[in-house]
Amino acid sequence: MTTTLHEMTAVELRNVLRSRKASAREVIEDLFDWIERREPDIGAYLALDRERALARADEIDSLPPSERESAGALAGVPVALKDNICTTDFPTTCASRILQNFVPPYDAHVVERLRREGAIIIGKTNMDEFAMGSSTENSAFHPTRNPWDLERIPGGSSGGSAAAVAADTATLALGSDTGGSIRQPAALCGVVGFKPTYGRVSRYGLVAFASSLDQIGPIAKDVSDAALMMEVIGGHDSRDSTSVTMPAEPYLRDLDRPLDALRVGVPREYFGEGLDAEVGAAVMNAIRALSRIGAEVREISLPHTEYALSTYYIIAPAEASSNLARYDGVHYGYRAANCDDIVTLFARSRAEGFGDEVKRRILLGTYALSAGYYDAYYLKAARVRRLVKNDFDEAFRQVDCIVCPTSPVPAFRLGERTAHPLEMYLTDVFTIPANLAGIPAISLPCGLTRSGLPIGVQIIAQALDDARLLRVARALEREMSWRPTHRPPLPQQAQEGRRRSATSEPASRGPCNGRSLQR
Amino acid sequence: MAISKEQVAHAADLARLDLSEETLAKMATQLGQVLDYIGKLNELDTSGVEPLSHPGGLSNVMRDDSPSPSLPTNEALRNAPEQQDGFFRVPRVIE
Repeated sequence: MTTTLHEMTAVELRNVLRSRKASAREVIEDLFDWIERREPDIGAYLALDRERALARADEIDSLPPSERESAGALAGVPVALKDNICTTDFPTTCASRILQNFVPPYDAHVVERLRREGAIIIGKTNMDEFAMGSSTENSAFHPTRNPWDLERIPGGSSGGSAAAVAADTATLALGSDTGGSIRQPAALCGVVGFKPTYGRVSRYGLVAFASSLDQIGPIAKDVSDAALMMEVIGGHDSRDSTSVTMPAEPYLRDLDRPLDALRVGVPREYFGEGLDAEVGAAVMNAIRALSRIGAEVREISLPHTEYALSTYYIIAPAEASSNLARYDGVHYGYRAANCDDIVTLFARSRAEGFGDEVKRRILLGTYALSAGYYDAYYLKAARVRRLVKNDFDEAFRQVDCIVCPTSPVPAFRLGERTAHPLEMYLTDVFTIPANLAGIPAISLPCGLTRSGLPIGVQIIAQALDDARLLRVARALEREMSWRPTHRPPLPQQAQEGRRRSATSEPASRGPCNGRSLQR
Repeated sequence: MAISKEQVAHAADLARLDLSEETLAKMATQLGQVLDYIGKLNELDTSGVEPLSHPGGLSNVMRDDSPSPSLPTNEALRNAPEQQDGFFRVPRVIE
């Protein structure tokens, strides 16, 4: 079986680079050739830098053989970053006009780690403005399209990162997850998305949205790549006071260790009204696969699930209204022209710089925190948040992990939900509870709809059980053998696919221009 | 649990957002729908439930108060919309 360099996973690419079957320069050139072909249709990126990536590749290629081993865990591997992660060599815009030309004076902690481990940062990916959204349509610059069907959204808010990994225009990517923004786009694009335990990855240099919920995590072609990325970015950082004081674990090394006596819970509240029938069937298939590999599956209850979304839409906007107060047109970012006094300068810069969804959430959060409403909204939500967390604590006394759908529906069409914010919010109904409780959760592909759209299954574990969660995901992935047979169709294949109409046969990978290698 | 245009205007003022009448009206409608949905929380009796503001709870993280280099002025000013003499420049604040 031949695989082009850009099709390879990070682990595969790393082996090819270490054995010198290809140079880092060849990897980057092949990838950017592929990006040139695919990116005009998909629009996953807000910034790309071929020249700098090549310069970095040449540095790695020029290392003497004795230093190659120490070139880092990701030496020569191309990585894309969501554009809310600070980089000194690319603008960091959060897909917002208010930060359009902002170039941070420092690198995020995760960026420092990536550079230290030899990763080549190729570009910054599109997102919903300030990570507020579930479709990447809230980007101030352009929408991103789902590689599986260009008429559809890739999910969000890390839609650019998920689309790039799905289309092989990035080997590995980072996203951020406040209410599902890594897992939901991963599910809709047929890739793996992992939200680690709150505090497992430092947020130093992640532009803050809702600080009690935000977490950085990998979007990857498979679970092994997600584990590899976690080894690089996990661990303590004193610059984030919520950072867990534990070093990163050898997630990748231990990934295939056998799981003994695994107890899996299936929460009945996640399989009710609003769940697409094909999504439900594919997730049930994944649950049967877990049974086949020896897991004991039992039904559980998370009774406050139906209140999680409401809780989130008070807490997240409340925190956002405070975090986004810093965009004032004074220190950096957009400034409105011709303002005679300072308050007008603040109010007009913010009104002209922020998009509608960001304004909506700032207003909602400000209202929920304002005098006379704080108890009814914020405090009420904080109490219900406790009940949601208690549900999980209770469940984890009976089971080791919880399996459920990631998103109730597959990718929807561009524009389908933009007019009704609440409908868009409902997309996150199954991902939000893990953020409220601060626990790790992963989405991995588990099937395709009849019309060829990916479906994701979510596995949730208790706090700090990230390593075992990744092992469960890896065992399930192996049993379902998704990759490398399921790939998004190329444009000409997509047209054929539509002519073939409703076959459930996944489109196989066609010939491409990239450089081929024997696997 | 609808929200009036005046209440939205008050929140916009607190949040320093200069919004048109048209935007305020649209926001009132959309936020009203969201608040109606959120009203679901009132079904729950939460008396006696301790609020959770942060997963795992928060504790103070202390460090020694020792001076170390910080962002140089020219770096801090690099993204400023307007600057003068090493300061951020804004419209006159005091008459």
